Amino acid sequence: MTYSALKLLTEGLKGHKTWPQAWRDPAPKSHYDVVIIGGGGHGLATAYYLAKVHGVRNIAVVERGWIGGGNTGRNTTIVRSNYRLPPMQALMEFSLKLWEGMSLDLNFNVMFSPRGALFLGHSDSDMLQLAQRGDAMEAAGITAELMSLAEVKKLCPLLDTSTLARFPIQGGLIQRRGGTARHDAVAWGYARAADALGVDILQNCEVTGIVRQGGRVVGVETSKGRIGADRVGICVAGNSGRVAALADLRLPIESHLLQAFVSEPVKPMLDTVVMSQSLHCYISQSDKGEIVLGGNPDQYPTYSQRGSPHRIEEAATEAMALIPALSRLRMLRSWAGTTDMSFDGAPILDATSVEGLYLNGGWCYGGFKATPGSGYLYAHLLAKGVNHAVAAPFRLDRFETGHTIDEAGAGPMPQNR
Amino acid sequence: MMLITCPHCGPRALDEFVFDRPVEAITAPDADTQTLVAQLYKRTNARGPSRELWRHSLGCRSWMTLVRDTATHQICDVEPVGGAR
Ligand SMILES: Cc1cc2nc3c(=O)[nH]c(=O)nc-3n(C[C@H](O)[C@H](O)[C@H](O)COP(=O)(O)OP(=O)(O)OC[C@H]3O[C@@H](n4cnc5c(N)ncnc54)[C@H](O)[C@@H]3O)c2cc1C
Ligand SMILES: [Zn+2]
Repeated sequence: MTYSALKLLTEGLKGHKTWPQAWRDPAPKSHYDVVIIGGGGHGLATAYYLAKVHGVRNIAVVERGWIGGGNTGRNTTIVRSNYRLPPMQALMEFSLKLWEGMSLDLNFNVMFSPRGALFLGHSDSDMLQLAQRGDAMEAAGITAELMSLAEVKKLCPLLDTSTLARFPIQGGLIQRRGGTARHDAVAWGYARAADALGVDILQNCEVTGIVRQGGRVVGVETSKGRIGADRVGICVAGNSGRVAALADLRLPIESHLLQAFVSEPVKPMLDTVVMSQSLHCYISQSDKGEIVLGGNPDQYPTYSQRGSPHRIEEAATEAMALIPALSRLRMLRSWAGTTDMSFDGAPILDATSVEGLYLNGGWCYGGFKATPGSGYLYAHLLAKGVNHAVAAPFRLDRFETGHTIDEAGAGPMPQNR
Repeated sequence: MMLITCPHCGPRALDEFVFDRPVEAITAPDADTQTLVAQLYKRTNARGPSRELWRHSLGCRSWMTLVRDTATHQICDVEPVGGAR
């Protein structure tokens, strides 16, 4: 079934009672060509592109909870490709191009809203770094605009642009093609499109073991029994280390925690994504009108998905200093996600030492924007056994060989980036 | 919020402390490359009890090791680094 304006009208006249289910709830088969562990955006996108681009039909996505219940449904949904290092630029730009056509491709409105991603500069050094980043982007063919204070003020009148501001603003750098998307819709859109191509989405099914025979993967143990597989793709974000440990692997990844918050919904007041070169605070307004806020990670390893209040206080303080009008809003909810912090801040997309077992992880706190690209590239790896050129630098052994991709230049301690 | 009992100052709020690294990632100056790679890049990333190095940065600034459960945030076995106080 194709969603359309006409369909919406006819179903609406029937009181929205007869919409078909968006995806099936199948029982696991005994064997699949490919099993993808993790039903977040990345895993579901991988299944979709495997089926669509590579014609693989016998695929399962195995999710221990409900699809999109991990970081996909917990993130602040900022999409951009304003990176400095060429491998990251190529990856995120590849992904951004897919975002631009995603709703049409999936026949599902993911509400991708390229409303502009603005980084504020608060000092000469901030402005220099923003200019460097902009130059690096331009050199890679990604448009960036350095903005004066007057331009920033015009774009975002509610920002405190006075010289007496707690964090005085000197200017900014904007990527106009950046923006936000609706996180749940991304999971649902990929799930529905993958299901239509025959992919089995197995929810409430936890992978508890990775079955090997002579150094080769042959399946997974799950809470619903053993499922055979020729190839298995790990795609579990903050749980990458735990799932890899099922195959006796240790990863250059540490699991940390990032929080986010939303306010009560208000009328449109902010039509750009506001970030900062110096502060760890990012602000946008959702389509429902809520102000979405994110801050610093909690900066110690944890799987708890429960953050500390002092981070909330810090992010709220910074946000109110940037946009004083926010002080009048009540916060509705706060939550946290377990992020897979790699030891150079860049993701890992590679085969592992176990034949047939692949890894997609290490997206840290920035992998939502990569969802379509990550899925497309991981599908390529799972189908062909070798990486697509864009994914080639994101090797698992780069830490040992010294080929790290360290955008922040922060080294192997995730709390420093 | 975690409460950490500093061996010198007693129970203090988490935001006075800084996590440094799991004890397994404390490297020796003369370690060979293989050992360094293993210690820095192939850590356990445990879900459960983990022995870690922390510092009371916004307090007495002393270092300590402690065992913290990364799933429940329960903390025990706080010990000063560098012997008795
Ligand atoms: C608060 C917060 C804000 C963020 N903000 C942004 C942002 O603004 N922009 C951005 O680009 N990125 C952001 N991120 C990062 C982004 O959310 C993640 O990088 C991205 O969602 C990862 O997608 P995923 O599909 O890999 O992970 P997930 O959606 O977490 O999916 C992994 C799935 O694996 C499942 N799983 C785990 N273990 C098992 C098992 N043993 N068996 C079966 N299934 C298992 C989990 O239940 C989960 O559903 C943010 C993250 C957080 C936490
Ligand atoms: Zn102390």
